[in-house]
Parts: sequence; structure tokens; C-alpha cells
Amino acid sequence: MSQHPVSPPAGHATSSAAMVRTLGVVATVCGILIVSAYQGTLERVTANKRIALERAVFRVIPGAASMREFVASRAGVVPAAEGAGAEGGVRFYAAYDAAGQLKGIAAEAAAMGYADLVRVLYAYDPRRQAITGIGVVSHRETPGIGDKIITDAAFLTNFAALDVRLNADLSALANTVKTVKHGTRRHPWEIDAISGATVTSKAVGRGINDSAQRLLPLLAPNLDKLGRPAGRQEASP
Amino acid sequence: MALPGQQELTHLEEFMEGVWKQNPVFVMVLGMCPTLAVSVSAVNALAMGLATTFVLLGSTLLVSLMRKAVPKEVRIATYIVIIATFVTVVDYLIAAISLELYEALGAFIQLIVVNCIILGRAEAHASKNPPLRAATNALGMGLGFCIGLFALGAVREILGAGKLFGVALFGPDFQPWVVMVLPPGGFFVLGGWLLLFNWLRRRQGGALKPAEGHVHG
Repeated sequence: MSQHPVSPPAGHATSSAAMVRTLGVVATVCGILIVSAYQGTLERVTANKRIALERAVFRVIPGAASMREFVASRAGVVPAAEGAGAEGGVRFYAAYDAAGQLKGIAAEAAAMGYADLVRVLYAYDPRRQAITGIGVVSHRETPGIGDKIITDAAFLTNFAALDVRLNADLSALANTVKTVKHGTRRHPWEIDAISGATVTSKAVGRGINDSAQRLLPLLAPNLDKLGRPAGRQEASP
Repeated sequence: MALPGQQELTHLEEFMEGVWKQNPVFVMVLGMCPTLAVSVSAVNALAMGLATTFVLLGSTLLVSLMRKAVPKEVRIATYIVIIATFVTVVDYLIAAISLELYEALGAFIQLIVVNCIILGRAEAHASKNPPLRAATNALGMGLGFCIGLFALGAVREILGAGKLFGVALFGPDFQPWVVMVLPPGGFFVLGGWLLLFNWLRRRQGGALKPAEGHVHG
């Protein structure tokens, strides 16, 4: 661009001080703009994240009216605020109905899919020792192919009652959750893959298996601690 | 922008520059990266278009206001800092408005910073024109970009998912034309629109002016 309006006459270079000054002023103005935008939106963004999480949990656990966040580790199960730093801790959400009864547990599973991590939220029903639903938290799978894990009704019936019983000494799942080729599902702990989206289906199965293998043995001896303490209301909708 | 020996454009003409004569998508074919990537649905396309318009408007205004104070040696650095600021602001705003939208648009919000329409406008127009004129031109360009993105997004959503704005159009028996929401579909639809647009312009018979803003990407 030769005809810039502030072009000085030829042979007359701008002093370095002027350049530094200009950049300094611009950076300051821009810095103030960014900080105010951040401060101004922080509250809404945090609230949005919480609402999105709650909505995801309530979607996989129908009938839930409130939820609390916990961390399970070898030391036991504690509310997330106290156990955030626990070593090997697994975060999960306990959902309660309007009367304060435990409706189910939700936890996040993640595994590498076709393009990126596929993160799903699954609901676990401690009474039936089964997974009772999944919802997708985030994925970057091919639109129209990999994203069938959200829409394909036949695939979602896999998770109506996916068997995740623990073995006799409560140290691991009795049966590894596995994704099998489309149309070859034989056992209640197997997931029937979507034909044409096998990689993504397998990621869902692998993620759920990894997460359940870690979480459920830690959770099983502590289920009684999840009851809502009387008089305490947290994270109500 | 008035070239030497040419009459200065009225504000309406200035506005229409971006919408029609120099449409960033159909005429200048700039900013193709977000155009092809996020135009899988009408909502994504519109949101991306609006976000870009916001950045375009904010940065052109600031660049235009500072045009006499910025030494030419550091002008590109200044423009980039200004553009990056407005991108960061719009990034926070979208996360505050809707997380769903934020996740759908993903990295492409941050990538507005390298969208050559914006740097092109700052360099070729805003740095030479007073704020009102620069803002008018930026609004036109933004609207033109929105129209271009929406044209792509709507067609791709209708063909590739059988929906428009998430509403199913053809009933449950519709077999989506999946390739349309995949990257190749973006090129097919863009090609189709470019064909139509150029045919229209040729029929109109207007002397085609070469596009300004020679920053490619």
C-alpha cells in the first residue's frame, strides 16, 4: 500500500520512540477492553457452564431435580469442594429427585474417537448396577457419520440397561464393557456399534469401560454417603 | 474507497460495496477458511457472520480513529493487536450468550483474528477513511459476509440434514445427503453460488471492477 495517509516524506524515518509509544497506547487500550469484557461476562459464563452441566445430568437421569458433585478416591467419597485435590480421585454427580431421594449417578467418560476425544456423560443406577443412559458432552466427529452416537435411536437403546455389575470382591467390573460389530450383540454388557461409525461407537464403549472400572469399585462401598444431609440444599435447579 | 479521478461514494454506495459489488464471499472470495468450515448449518453460519461483523466494525472504527497517529512501520502490528482484542471480546460474549453455540463454532471464533477480510478492511479502507465512512463500509462488508455464509449454511443444512434452523423440513423418510455437511459439500455449494453470482453479475453487464484488499488467505 503505497498511498498510506501517514507516510512520512521519503528519507524521513519514524523515530523508534514514536513506534513504541503507539504500540504501548494501543496495547493499553486493548488490554482494558479485554479485561472489562472478561469481568463483564465471567458471571454469565460460569452460570452457563453450571446450567449446561446440570441440564446434561438431568437429561441422562430423568426425574432428577437437583444434583451434587462428589469425588471418589481410595480415601472415600467426599463432596467435590473438599476432595478436589485427592489423588486418583474420580469426579461424579449424584442426582436426587424432588423428595431428596438418590435417583442415580452420572459420570463422565472420554476416549479417543475418529477426530478427537469423545466425551460422554453416562447415568449409573446403583440399584440395578447398570448404565441407564448416555448423553454426549463434546465431540468433533464427522457430522452426519460419527455424530450418530447422539441421534441413532438403535444405538442409544444399548444404554437402556448396560450391565456394569462388579465382580465378587468389588475390585473391578465383572464383565468388560465392549463395543461389538453391528448386529452381533449377545450379552447385556456389550454395545452394538453403529454400522459405518464403528470408531466413534468403540470410543464410547472404551470411555465408559475405563471410567466405570475406575469409579464403580471406589463408589460401591460408599453409596450410603451420597444421601442428602438434612437441611442442606446445594445446586438446586 | 475513492480512487483518484473518481467521485467519492455516497454512504449508501459505500454500504452496498460489501453487500453486493465487493461481497467478501462471492466477489473477493476472502475468508474462505471459516466460510467453508462453519457453514454446516444456518445458525452456525449466522453466528459466525455476526461475530465477524462485530470484530470488523469494532476494529475498523478503532483503526480509523487512530489512522493519523499510527506510524506506518508498526501499522500491521497495531491492526493485529486491535483485531485480536475484538476477537477476544466476542469470544467471551458468545460463551456468555450460549455455550452450545460456543462449542459448535469451536476454534473458528479465535481464528477470526486471521480472517483476511478484517485485516484487508483495516489496511485497504479504514486506515484511509474517516470513522463514519469506515464503519459504513465495515457494516456492509459484515452484512455481505453474513449473507454469503448464510447462503452456504442454509443450502448445506437443507440438503445435508433435511433441516433449516434445526427444524425438519421433509419428514422422517428424508435420506440426508451427508456429503453436503462434510468438507467437500462446502466446496460444492460455494462453487454453485459463485457460478450463480457471476452469471448474475455478467447479465447485469456492469463493468467488473477488480477487488480491492489484496490480502489473501
